[in-house]
Amino acid sequence: MSTPLLLDVRDLHVTYPSGGGVPAVRGVSFQLERGETLGVAGESGCGKSTLAGALLRLLPPGTEVSGEVLLDGENVLTMREDRLRAVRWTELAVVFQGALHTLNPVKRVGWQIEEAITTHERGIPRSELRGRVAELLETVGIPGRRAVDYPHQLSGGQRQRVLIALALACSPHLLIADEPTTALDVMVQAQVLRLLEDLQRDLGLAVVFITHDLSTLAAVCRRLLVMYAGRVVEDGPSDEVFGSPKHPYTAALAAAFPIIGDARFRMAPSGLPGDPPDPRHLPSGCTFHPRCSVARPECASRAVELWPAGEGRRAACVQVLDEVPT
Amino acid sequence: MSPRYVSGKVLGSLGTLAFVIVFNFFLFRVVEGNPVATLFRGRNLTDAQRAAMRHQFGLDGSKLDQFWHYLVQLAHLNLGRSYETNATVLSEIGAAAWPTIWLVGISTLLSTVIGVAIGIVAAWRRGSVRDHALTSFTMTTYAMPDFWLGMLLLIVFSVLLGWFPIGGISDPTSNTTGIALLADQAYHMVLPCLTLTVAYLGEYAIVMRSSLLDTMREDYLTLARAKGLRDVLVRRRHAVPNALLPVVTLIAINFGFVLSGAIAVESIFSWPGLGHATYAAIRAPDLPMLQGLFLVFSASVIFFNLLADLAYAYLDPRVRTS
Ligand SMILES: Nc1ncnc2c1ncn2[C@@H]1O[C@H](COP(=O)(O)OP(=O)(O)O)[C@@H](O)[C@H]1O
Ligand SMILES: [Mg+2]
Repeated sequence: MSTPLLLDVRDLHVTYPSGGGVPAVRGVSFQLERGETLGVAGESGCGKSTLAGALLRLLPPGTEVSGEVLLDGENVLTMREDRLRAVRWTELAVVFQGALHTLNPVKRVGWQIEEAITTHERGIPRSELRGRVAELLETVGIPGRRAVDYPHQLSGGQRQRVLIALALACSPHLLIADEPTTALDVMVQAQVLRLLEDLQRDLGLAVVFITHDLSTLAAVCRRLLVMYAGRVVEDGPSDEVFGSPKHPYTAALAAAFPIIGDARFRMAPSGLPGDPPDPRHLPSGCTFHPRCSVARPECASRAVELWPAGEGRRAACVQVLDEVPT
Repeated sequence: MSPRYVSGKVLGSLGTLAFVIVFNFFLFRVVEGNPVATLFRGRNLTDAQRAAMRHQFGLDGSKLDQFWHYLVQLAHLNLGRSYETNATVLSEIGAAAWPTIWLVGISTLLSTVIGVAIGIVAAWRRGSVRDHALTSFTMTTYAMPDFWLGMLLLIVFSVLLGWFPIGGISDPTSNTTGIALLADQAYHMVLPCLTLTVAYLGEYAIVMRSSLLDTMREDYLTLARAKGLRDVLVRRRHAVPNALLPVVTLIAINFGFVLSGAIAVESIFSWPGLGHATYAAIRAPDLPMLQGLFLVFSASVIFFNLLADLAYAYLDPRVRTS
């Protein structure tokens, strides 16, 4: 029997309860092997963080989640509470978006790392615990003595590093990094990114990088997944997806980031008018058609599923259908 | 906490206190008509007697002289003598302070502990039947005036059922001492203490509930859950301590006000504390006594505000370490 995939997400749907239901994720499927790197791209509001939260059942109570999230062959969505708690952080850890608010402001950062360790391993002597925390901090380039600091005593970049150290505390097999560099300035962004790359290589971690910066993802990840309005619109090997996009949305994202980290280009993809749609009022047909430069009349009424678009690639666009002989 | 922070807060409080002392003097000199005439109304006094009385009460000389006199006396902790009993105001206040401190101390302790617990339970299961029941209860008690609640309890439990004494701090007809006296005083304290506890716990419950609801939206709680912590630990270690910070401040500030705020309840239950003394001094009117009480009440509000500031700074590392 072959070992199961590390992560196998099948037809995941997430609907938030507010305002009559917000369908933030609508049928996402993807797979991840051990040690693999996957990039998830898309403008803000496309459902990337929602997807990350659903993987460990961290979404607010009342949120409807359906589909399957197979982590090492076990379905997270139907797991018992105690099993779920055991899986959290030991199998999959998350570097959450927004380093400024993710750490508890009134607890020392070392204590917050210790807490993750002691939750899953009982009876570790204090001195050993201290040593492990210091070691984790050193791994991410922070002196071990900073363990006694409170979050506000650290810079933004240092806090992001603490979050990464925290995520490594229980040696997970899979790390999800949700916009790990967004709040940081350019120099620090590059450092944090390099740190994540090094860790991924040295520890053999599988990493899911989430960001709206496609060029960063292309440089760091083996495969890319592009999301729009809660769906995957394109996926495939990252250099191909970035180099010759099949979906007009991917093309717009790829064109939008000529300079890494330039704030002016980051937020507004060039040549892409408007904002991503509100999940409660999705356009008919292909949800991207109102902003698409190559839209055809039929796009307003016809939604296209993900379709094979070359070796290991898929895209959800009528253009792709043209190329396929029917 | 830096020494600069502490000394800044202490100096600020002393400044406020100085203002209150000055204000207190002028307030009572403006209000005051002719206390000698009030005190000896209907009786014939010679001019010499009147002058002697005026001198005894420190009412002769110019206003500036009087102010100086007042400050010097205050520095010696001499707050004058009560018009009513002729005892020193300080001794009168000292005698009345203990019953109030016990009554208010115990009821504040109870109302904060119960109120905060109710707030936590309600917020953690927001929107549940339990939340609705608890919140309706606390809203009702919050809206109830303390004197009204006190009279209600007095009528039901003392007058109709006869379970508790009508008022006072101990049975005047018995002359027990020691443990028996303490037990008798505790028995007398039940109804006023219950009144204050119920009247004030609503506020703590409501504030704690909303503070915890705010905290529950924080990202660090998601992180704590993601780490694999049990719900109870997420609540106990991360949510409640953070949500308590503003409530601790409220408790300290309220404590200052409650000392003076027990006027109605102490009067209803004839509890011989500061509130009761205030009520009596207003009825007389006994101006030196009122002036002294006013000063004590203001000082306690200022003191507990200072305590609140320092406690907050001590508990919140963001203030403590900056
Ligand atoms: N708790 C929530 N309740 C209701 N709607 C939400 C909630 N969180 C996110 N959303 C909505 O879901 C959509 C996807 O959000 P999110 O997953 O944060 O996107 P991204 O991470 O790609 O920026 C957005 O339209 C957002 O407004
Ligand atoms: Mg996000």
